[in-house]
Amino acid sequence: MNSLDSSILSLVTFIPLAGALLLTVLPRRDRDIKIWALLFSIAAFFASLHLPVHLHRGQPGFQYEINIPWIPTPNIHYHMGADGISVWLVVLTTFLTPLCVLISWNSIHDRVKEFFILLLMLETALIGVFVALDLFLFYFFWEATLIPMALLIGVYGHGRRVYAAVKFFMYTMIASVFMLAAILWLYAKVGSFDFVTIQNAIQSGQIPGFAAAGPWLFLGFFVAFAVKVPLFPVHTWLPDAHVEAPTAGSVLLAGVLLKMGTYGMLRFNLGLFPEQSRQNANWIMVLALIGIIYGALVAMVQPNMKKLIAYSSISHLGFVVLGIFSFTQLGLDGAMYVMLAHGISTGGLFMLAGILYERRHTYEISEFGGLATPMPNYSAFFLFITLASVGLPLLNGFIGEFLVLSGAFRDRPIYGILGATGVIWSACYLLWMYQRVFFGKVTHDVNTHLPDLSMREKVALWPAAAMALIMGVAPLIWLNAIDPAVSTVLAPFAQLTSKVVGQ
Amino acid sequence: MNPAALPQGVEYIRILPEILLTLAGMAIMLLDPLLDGPGSRKTLGAIGLVGAIAAFFATIFQAHYPGPGFWGMINVDSFSVFFHIVVTAVTTVVILTSYEYMEVQQIRAGEYYGLILFGAVGMCLMSSAVELVLIFIALEISSIATYILAGFRRRAAISSESSIKYFLLGSFATAFFLYGIALMFGATGSTSITAIGHALQMRQPPVLAYLAIALMLVGLGFKVAAAPFHIWTPDVYEGAPAPIVGFMSTGPKAAVFAVLLRILFEAHAPGTLWLIWVIAALSMTLGNVGALVQDNVKRLLAYSSIAHAGYLLVAFAALPDNGIPAVMFYTASYAAMNVGAFAVISHFASAGERYVTLEDYAGLGRRSPILAAALTVFLLSLIGIPVTGGFFAKFYVFSAALQAHLVGLVIIGVVNSAIGAYYYLRVIVMMYMKEPREEVMVSPIPFGLGAALAISVIATIYLGVLPGRVLEFATKSASELLR
Repeated sequence: MNSLDSSILSLVTFIPLAGALLLTVLPRRDRDIKIWALLFSIAAFFASLHLPVHLHRGQPGFQYEINIPWIPTPNIHYHMGADGISVWLVVLTTFLTPLCVLISWNSIHDRVKEFFILLLMLETALIGVFVALDLFLFYFFWEATLIPMALLIGVYGHGRRVYAAVKFFMYTMIASVFMLAAILWLYAKVGSFDFVTIQNAIQSGQIPGFAAAGPWLFLGFFVAFAVKVPLFPVHTWLPDAHVEAPTAGSVLLAGVLLKMGTYGMLRFNLGLFPEQSRQNANWIMVLALIGIIYGALVAMVQPNMKKLIAYSSISHLGFVVLGIFSFTQLGLDGAMYVMLAHGISTGGLFMLAGILYERRHTYEISEFGGLATPMPNYSAFFLFITLASVGLPLLNGFIGEFLVLSGAFRDRPIYGILGATGVIWSACYLLWMYQRVFFGKVTHDVNTHLPDLSMREKVALWPAAAMALIMGVAPLIWLNAIDPAVSTVLAPFAQLTSKVVGQ
Repeated sequence: MNPAALPQGVEYIRILPEILLTLAGMAIMLLDPLLDGPGSRKTLGAIGLVGAIAAFFATIFQAHYPGPGFWGMINVDSFSVFFHIVVTAVTTVVILTSYEYMEVQQIRAGEYYGLILFGAVGMCLMSSAVELVLIFIALEISSIATYILAGFRRRAAISSESSIKYFLLGSFATAFFLYGIALMFGATGSTSITAIGHALQMRQPPVLAYLAIALMLVGLGFKVAAAPFHIWTPDVYEGAPAPIVGFMSTGPKAAVFAVLLRILFEAHAPGTLWLIWVIAALSMTLGNVGALVQDNVKRLLAYSSIAHAGYLLVAFAALPDNGIPAVMFYTASYAAMNVGAFAVISHFASAGERYVTLEDYAGLGRRSPILAAALTVFLLSLIGIPVTGGFFAKFYVFSAALQAHLVGLVIIGVVNSAIGAYYYLRVIVMMYMKEPREEVMVSPIPFGLGAALAISVIATIYLGVLPGRVLEFATKSASELLR
């Protein structure tokens, strides 16, 4: 055991917030602000590396726990902890944030100070969501992500930013009210917000009235998470939010915010309500499949590059939900891996789209064509990340999708088969877009002299590209930690199955 | 108790905050004609400020001397101390806000500060009074002061309208309350709340008692702007000076809720559950729906205050041991966020309260980042976002109601909070995401207002991050009240 172990989670969570507070008192010299923001986000990243490095991989349950009373009535604890699932999502967040700072270096001109304050506040809230083990604390961080993200979209976004920001806010806000209601019900019966305590109480069947309320509680949580994922048919806020958001906002939105939903399903829907998850799995998986195929088909016809990537997120996140509700070890491992891989590759795609937007102020695919000639480095990076996103073997997208599909196949062959078409679709729309933007002759004269990547942009893109490759060739680094955590989540399902078989 | 015996020394300590407020108020009235010239506003304001702060510390001192006083008419307990603290803190913040407001609006100060202090005397007395007639007198002291204050923008016709409307309807409502007291006296033979409580518990309450409670609810419902007695609110709030709106939407409200708690729970008023249920549901719904279409920020917050009265009443429908602390916590956090919001509004309104429509707030985030950030904190708290007091306030109220199995009421409340989020957001969206029509210069923030904003923001955040101590205190007071 390490002396840092009990405080490391608080440290990682609040380093960005400390940075945000420091920025509020700094004078408005944009350059200094950016440098400080970068330093704090890098500090958070290195601090967060402690988590996977010192994680005891075989050990079940939560590690790095800190549990101190926060508010006596209601009985709320400051309870944080991480396992193999949350550790990697934390690292994903801290990994993407410095890249976001770099990519926003020149694209934000106005109210720079506020931008980076919001970005760092958002990072704190996101990390908090992944490590909170007190349902109240979780809800606290969950809601806290809302304001900085809505402001990032609404203040720094493009054309219809206000509409997109308000839509984003209202969708999430209304959906999470249902989760709050479910949390309050659990508190009223158990007398605690503690995740582990509630989990034990449910599993031992001590809660009066749980049999009747269970399905509703499951739905309360599920609705909040499904909107965040977003699952078809509550996905309509996502394209709007993505198209209008500034690049850094899109990167964090696709890279991390969406994973809050799938993480929530994994941790809370499966963790607290295994039986209800089983009962509801069928229609959820159908919705996930619709999301995979529908998202892909809509992506195919998008004239707007960013909207295309946004719809591809809906499709990819469908894989995650499919994997989670297959209740197989493979499926869940794969779901986790898709989450991480999607964070890297879609984050990368949004960064690349943003770089192009800085030069041409448009995302319309028809405005481009033949960019491979003026921007060779850029097109190389774009191709690499596109292939990662498509799921080319040896790159990160492949591993997760393969695992999810084999898990889904085991559960029900038809799900696996339908899901597999999604892989083909994604190759179609992404490669077609690539072809239209980069190949052929330069169709617009303005595009002939577009500058290639600057040093700063390369620094922002290299880590993402390198990570896509490493995740593709050495998945065991990640799966080593994910696998035991996933089997802990699945343990009650094994009992459930044997109970059914035994009857 | 021998009624002929004069009050003891310690009994004077039990009304010490009221004494100090009155003394400061009288000093202002006496000095007003003697002082002349531009400096007089500042001096009188300073006296008012000292009076309010002295009353605040007197309350803390008073907490060590609990007990009855003045022939059983008042009772100092943690409950009264809690509301004293809220009222005196609100008074302090309002005076700090008014300091600059009076200069900008060119209003002769004089009795303005005096009236604020006298109003505060009434509110303080309401929270410690345990005798219906004294409660009525205290209610009148506070009401008459606010009637006059509402009309203080003499040059604006809308302000006089506000004052007259408030006065006429308010007097009408107090008459209901008085009638209720008379009927209660007829039903139980006493005006002391403890005696009424005993009488009502001893036997099946007479029909007269139900009628009395209903009439009292009408009178007090008017004062807290609960539907269906809320019609006056938007007009009065729109016309009255902004700092005074901050004052009368928080101080008297807190005090009247204190009275309601005493009457409903200490006097064991019968048969109020459904009455309260309906009033709460109506207030929440009408307040929020009305606010959706407002373009004037003061009117918007007027409707929002109707809605918040509704949320508060939800806790009245709950069981006393959870409901009372929830009400107390809610009044405290509502006071912090609303008085702060009106401080921002009164500064930004400028001379003649020109800038009070939603469009005027466009681009405030750029023109005055501090004002906009402070207003954002208050609005987020009014929505009920975590890290702010408004979140825990709603949380306690709704969980108290859930524990009393009022699922229907909680659902109405939760749906309403979601609706409410929309119109508060509209203001935030305006401030940060819209460009201003004309470049309105926002004058720099003076010290008084800065202090007022700092107090309100810190209180709002404190209640949102560490609500434990305040809630503990409220729970303790509730158990004392129920004993």
